[in-house]
Amino acid sequence: MSARDDVLARVRRALGPSPSAPEVPRGYHQAGASRDGDAVARFCERAAEYTATVTRCGDDALAAVLGARARAHGVTRLACPAATAWAVDGAETVPDDPPLDPRTLDSIGAVVTGSALAIADTGTVVLDGGPASGRRALSLVPDVHLCVVRAATVVWSVPDAIAALAADGARGRPVTFISGPSATSDIELQRVEGVHGPRTLEIVVVDEAP
Amino acid sequence: MSEGFPQAARAALADTQLRRNLAGATATIRARRAAAVAECDDWQELRDAAEAIKTRTMARLPELLEMLETRVTEAGGTVHWARDAAEANAAVAAVAAAHGADEVIKVKSIATDEIGLNEALAARGVRAFETDLAELINQLGDDWSSHILVPAIHRNRSEIRRLFARTIAKGRPLTDAPEELAEAARVYLRERFLSVPMAVSGANFAIAETGAVCVVESEGNGRMCTTLPRVLVTVMGIEKLLPRWRDLEVFLQILPRSATGEPMSPYTSLWTGVHPGDGPEEFHLVILDNGRTDVLADELGRQALHCIRCSACLNVCPVYTRVGGHAYGSVYPGPIGAILTPQLKGLHAAPTLPFASTLCGACLEVCPVKIDIPSVLVHLRGRVVRETRGRVTREGVMMAAVAKAFGSRRRYERAQRLARLGHGPLADQVMGRWTAMRDLPEPPAQTFRSWWRERQG
Ligand code: SF4
Repeated sequence: MSARDDVLARVRRALGPSPSAPEVPRGYHQAGASRDGDAVARFCERAAEYTATVTRCGDDALAAVLGARARAHGVTRLACPAATAWAVDGAETVPDDPPLDPRTLDSIGAVVTGSALAIADTGTVVLDGGPASGRRALSLVPDVHLCVVRAATVVWSVPDAIAALAADGARGRPVTFISGPSATSDIELQRVEGVHGPRTLEIVVVDEAP
Repeated sequence: MSEGFPQAARAALADTQLRRNLAGATATIRARRAAAVAECDDWQELRDAAEAIKTRTMARLPELLEMLETRVTEAGGTVHWARDAAEANAAVAAVAAAHGADEVIKVKSIATDEIGLNEALAARGVRAFETDLAELINQLGDDWSSHILVPAIHRNRSEIRRLFARTIAKGRPLTDAPEELAEAARVYLRERFLSVPMAVSGANFAIAETGAVCVVESEGNGRMCTTLPRVLVTVMGIEKLLPRWRDLEVFLQILPRSATGEPMSPYTSLWTGVHPGDGPEEFHLVILDNGRTDVLADELGRQALHCIRCSACLNVCPVYTRVGGHAYGSVYPGPIGAILTPQLKGLHAAPTLPFASTLCGACLEVCPVKIDIPSVLVHLRGRVVRETRGRVTREGVMMAAVAKAFGSRRRYERAQRLARLGHGPLADQVMGRWTAMRDLPEPPAQTFRSWWRERQG
């Protein structure tokens, strides 16, 4: 018998003829639950708690704000997704086309990407490998990550996000939830920002003109 | 002065240090968890849902495992099944051999510790690099995990500095500031992330409905391992499944809050098979039994398989917080280890573990999937008595007394003193058995405090 058939047979034997399978009570706050307050403001507050830097601006100021945030970290060159051209005032952007290899990303040292959505309750940005988010390596290898969040894509809760990402999940896109910069608490539980992922996460929330 | 004295004193110091590290660390995580949980006014409802999802998953495991296999295969992945550790290790080693890889990078994975993957790979000439900071510390120090979430909780910063100074940061100036130690690990591992062609990971969850595999982590080493190498192998126990994508909305809320006390961990990664142009070109999923079907066969005990390894039960346990993880002699320490290890390895292999508890119930209260650890402990005690025909019962009863002693510092110290005199419940037979092959500091010849008092006197 193959290992596969054997494991499955053992599982069936262990469960017996009629294992109980209760219905799942979903009494928690589900996707779409209505909430008071301003989700975008809440997102900014929560993301800042992780020591991500959060800046909010209008569409027309985006290039200037990205430029200022890049300058704040001494960044003059940034990688960016192949399909989305970002203007960053005073800095050169290097599109991921042809794909930048990890060593090049490491030497460029900074990246600007968009995002699929963001979660207010947890201050999380979500990248989905789509045109705005880019490949996973892009937002991982460089030490500085500038991440643009469109205000309209901010949802309240984790269930909202999971519902919104269901299509991505079904399409099998890679999904990355990012909540603050990379961190460790492995040494005496003291939090240290920045181990292997980007040490600096700069979030820019853009309010589109109505 | 006898030669043994300095050693005994050092052991005493180490023991005191260990207990201080543990007490401080677990108190800190407890407070963080409590604050994170208090933010959710639907916490109990989330737990109810999580418990039911897991129970349902186990009941439908055969069809869900087959569904996962189909989805992963459709998405370009390869699925391997392993009855036991040897088969799982052989599957990983075969992938390494097929790619001529003599090095692999690893994301923290308790399942791969359980099967002894690193040793198995080493025996075939493949070197495994742990990339999680704590796992790296343990690997360099030839030590092993004492906590599910913070595996090097038993080490303090100066020990880690000394360790790094003679290994990965040789010849470089290094202080014991955690920032500098983390930076040393970053520099050491970056080159490996950029060059090693194969990675091995565990999985926090796998979604049967879509084939997605999920890893939750903080440092970014998980993202590095699951993104940069050409080949990725994930080893997961059969119990890690969730039926639906939607179930993530429950588990991605309860896991980080219960584990690190954060609303979300810094990084949660989900991938499905192979994504052309983005990430590994080859993905292998090893589905592991290794005793899990034996656990599943016990109708009450099977809930131990619902565990999502958050470690909340460790941090509240009066026994764990005093003895630390090594005493449990398994990669699964604490209350969950006390019910999982004897079921996974067989009651004969760990007959005293079900007695290593005061049955105080704190673990059940914090468990995000509501595993009734106290009831399973009592149930397993009964099974030990029946199935080992009382051979270990006396020892077990003594173990229970020991556990009770651990419940209070005063009682623990008294027991420790008695043990040194060769009396009392901590005496060699029980402690010898319980700590066999374990790294628990032996009760020192003299406790540090009484040694100090004598010196002063
Ligand atoms: S038994 Fe419950 S509390 Fe303990 S680690 Fe597992 S999920 Fe967490």
